[in-house]
Amino acid sequence: MTRQTISTEGGNAVEVRGLVKHFGTVKAVDGVDLDVKEGTVLGVLGPNGAGKTTLVRCLSTLLAPDAGRAVVAGYDVVRQPRALRRRIGLTGQYASVDEKLSGWENLYMIGRLLDLSRKEARGRADAMLERFSLTEAAKRPAAKYSGGMRRRLDLAASMIGRPSVLFLDEPTTGLDPRTRNEVWQEIRRMVREGATVLLTTQYMQEAEQLADELTVIDRGRVIADGRIDELKAKVGGRTLQVRPSVPGELDRMVGAIAQAGLDGIAGATADQEGGVVNVPIISDEQLTAVVGVLGERGFALAGISTHLPSLDEVFLAITGQKSSEADASEDERDQQYTEVSA
Amino acid sequence: MSAVTMAAPPLKPGADEGRIGARANLRHIGALVRRNVLQIKQDPALMFDALLMPVIFILLFVYVFGGAIAGKGRQGDYVQYLVPGMMGMMAMNIATAVGTGVNEDFRKGVMDRFRTMPIARSSVLIAKIVVELGRMLIATTILLAMGFLLGLEVKGGVLPFLGSIALSAVFCTGLMWIFILLGLAMKTPQAVQGTAMMILMPLQFGSSVFTEPTSMPGWLEAFTKVNPLSTMADASRALIDGEGSALHPTLITLGWVVGLTALTMPLAVAKFRSKT
Repeated sequence: MTRQTISTEGGNAVEVRGLVKHFGTVKAVDGVDLDVKEGTVLGVLGPNGAGKTTLVRCLSTLLAPDAGRAVVAGYDVVRQPRALRRRIGLTGQYASVDEKLSGWENLYMIGRLLDLSRKEARGRADAMLERFSLTEAAKRPAAKYSGGMRRRLDLAASMIGRPSVLFLDEPTTGLDPRTRNEVWQEIRRMVREGATVLLTTQYMQEAEQLADELTVIDRGRVIADGRIDELKAKVGGRTLQVRPSVPGELDRMVGAIAQAGLDGIAGATADQEGGVVNVPIISDEQLTAVVGVLGERGFALAGISTHLPSLDEVFLAITGQKSSEADASEDERDQQYTEVSA
Repeated sequence: MSAVTMAAPPLKPGADEGRIGARANLRHIGALVRRNVLQIKQDPALMFDALLMPVIFILLFVYVFGGAIAGKGRQGDYVQYLVPGMMGMMAMNIATAVGTGVNEDFRKGVMDRFRTMPIARSSVLIAKIVVELGRMLIATTILLAMGFLLGLEVKGGVLPFLGSIALSAVFCTGLMWIFILLGLAMKTPQAVQGTAMMILMPLQFGSSVFTEPTSMPGWLEAFTKVNPLSTMADASRALIDGEGSALHPTLITLGWVVGLTALTMPLAVAKFRSKT
């Protein structure tokens, strides 16, 4: 990367150059460069401990960086923190609302702290509760909310001041699939309304669902960045799994796919143990074509599914090595995660 | 909702247009005071110390120990001795609560929310102090009401009487910095509370609050003489009774408050800044 200077008019809502934050000997963030274009979503993908949260905390003025520069919404995080805070919203991994206060009181308080008049703050609290489907729970203490409700309240709290840049630190970690979808919808809506979002996640799928561009970090460093489709091409996109009704037909299916000579399809393999054929694909067209070929040749199919590469597979493809924290449970979780919507 | 605006403001080097004016600051403190009051409403047990302690202590000392301390049948005299002293004790007791409150705030995500907002960070602390002062005044009111029920008389006039309440409030505020510092330095609210109790107990009982120090052994009497709670109690007593000099103990108490605040407030503020 050759970007050295920060232009404040370049249409970037967030610009980070050479950002460093060390904790003793731990290099949590170790020279990160990234840009988020106005009105887009940047996904920051990385395993636990990669430095995602530290990065977000530096950008939202919660931590002072040791070196480097960062400009958010036109303001320097170190030199103009107060002005910057008027333009950002942060939703962390852990709910940052007052649990003893009701949902409404939380939002009203935040409105008042953002210098809204009493009337404005009341109206805004009502509107945000309505929007995040929390009106019925408005008077209940946040401590009594479910995990998903609390996360929604947190998002609502971040939106009270109509921020231009939103930082979402693992916004769906620990949520069930249905709640996760709700949160995703809300994030998409915020972006439609003009917000710029920097979102951290451990999940390839979440990044694919929400982000326009992706920055992959590990051990505090950027190891890849670019548009999702670029990175996917690099990583190999998805894997299509086809399960024949007759298990003995695996090899014949592999042969048929190879014979058809479909554009960009290579490397179909038979997984005898799993009873499936795996075909790496990078587009929906390819998926359709492969299934079409198998149909034409008269194969009876018992099931098809697609799998996104797990975070670890992404790392493997980019760096040729496993991520710094590739434990089995992590892999498992990511696997389950992709299957939900596959 | 209206669209989000992304008017890229011109970047003035070094300028930080988000300066917080005095009125905005007051508004922020008001919103945070409201937050603390709502917390109490949600969890009324938080008021037990302010509501019940004065009642329990006054009944305990007047009826259980009062006869032994002042002589059988002389509980009435003891009320006159005890209640002014207990004003300082209540102030000290309430001051400790600020430590656990500050500690709990820092253990929760809501502090992160405040820190990403365009407010002076000190407003979080100031709101806490304001609320604790309110609680202290409630505790003092209950204490005095109990005292009047049991025969307390204001002999020194209304102004000195109000002066004794004001002195308690100043005393309470001065002590709060010690406990804010504790709340910021310790890991759990339990640890804060435990440490506060250890500080509290010797000061409370090694003082002139409950009994004349002249009945104590020499070394303890010496301790009670320098104990700020004693001077606080002596000052209140002189102000309410209208007897003896209130000036001397008042000045010593104020000296303590100024000294302790000068020592612990910068430390607490520094600790607060390093954590925020």
